[in-house]
Amino acid sequence: MNTTNKEAHSDIEELLPWHAAGTLSRRDTQRVEQALARDPELARRYALVREELGETILLNETLGAPSAHAMEKLFAKIDAEPARKPALSLNLGARVAGFFASLSPRTLAWSASAAALAILLQAGLIAGIVIKENSAGGYETASAPSTDPGVGAFTLIRFAPQASSDDITKFLETNKLQVAAGPMSGGLYKVRVAVTGLPKAELARIVKKLQEDKVVGFIATTE
Amino acid sequence: MQTTSDEVLIARIAGGDRLAMQVLFARHHVRVYRFVLRLVRNEATAEDLISEVFLDVWRQAGKFEGRSAVSTWMLSIARFKALSVLRRKPEQELDEEAAEQIEDHADNPEVALAKKDKAAVLRQALSKLSAEHREIVDLVYYHEKSVEEVAGIVGIPEATVKTRMFYARKKLSELLKEQGIDRGWP
Repeated sequence: MNTTNKEAHSDIEELLPWHAAGTLSRRDTQRVEQALARDPELARRYALVREELGETILLNETLGAPSAHAMEKLFAKIDAEPARKPALSLNLGARVAGFFASLSPRTLAWSASAAALAILLQAGLIAGIVIKENSAGGYETASAPSTDPGVGAFTLIRFAPQASSDDITKFLETNKLQVAAGPMSGGLYKVRVAVTGLPKAELARIVKKLQEDKVVGFIATTE
Repeated sequence: MQTTSDEVLIARIAGGDRLAMQVLFARHHVRVYRFVLRLVRNEATAEDLISEVFLDVWRQAGKFEGRSAVSTWMLSIARFKALSVLRRKPEQELDEEAAEQIEDHADNPEVALAKKDKAAVLRQALSKLSAEHREIVDLVYYHEKSVEEVAGIVGIPEATVKTRMFYARKKLSELLKEQGIDRGWP
């Protein structure tokens, strides 16, 4: 790269601010680091970027903070809001993805105790989000509020503790599954695989197929 | 111990959990306030705006799909609210407020150089950037947003994000030069 022409700038030079802030992808970080190593002028300009970064942080930090009344004002407004209805129309995929976003596979799988904790977390989260108790006291799935969750063919599933949000979301969507109830003892969920009853052999075939997915820790047929 | 993630808090807020709202507010309100303050340049307005921003978070939490970080989503809301306020205010009023906010640490280039306080002059120059340039500099340097995230917040293509940042920095150099500091770039 030639940076001797002061008017010219490359895509690498445009990335310097993000490199300084540490928000580049690994690939771009390597590209920038290689360019910095071989181009002294670019390295000099990078030093300017680092100065800007430091002073921008300092400038923002000196801006102070809002008064303690800010939170009071907010909650006064929240209190004035109409009572919230149960969120029956929430998208299943989005909710599961949102909840599991912070639970990285590495974090969840680092030990047996972490795995057990993950099952507990999954139980709590899926119970709190996917299954919504309706006003009549029954349950309905967030993704299919208009269908009767008591009708169809069902399996019992325990998700693998290392399963990520994307994995679970993709698994449920790809296989057109709906969580009908749970969590039960051992972190099990009752999952509907078809909206109508299925012959035993057909249900067994589906269970066998689902069992091969890495998201599934345990699966069995159920009524 | 790992703290509860923003995504988990948002899901709880969607279910009407006030405590989750308090946690999220405590975690982010200062940064959101500073982002808004740099745009509207009025402390009272900025403080009013953050309660509006977090009220929107309370109302819209159920629609949050996790496609971006929660902080990025909140800054998008904050930016929209700030720009709405700016559009409503008379231009003259804004200019006066902006003039009051710009600190004049150095009366002239000689004084600045005599003080050898290049950092202070740099901060002064950062304050004098246009709102568009201030915004992008803050998002990249202070709020640590990636190219993609800035594009999402500001609503411009990623290529434009990079060129806008480049020209913001170029303008910064020009402002420094006016104060007697030649960075040898661009």
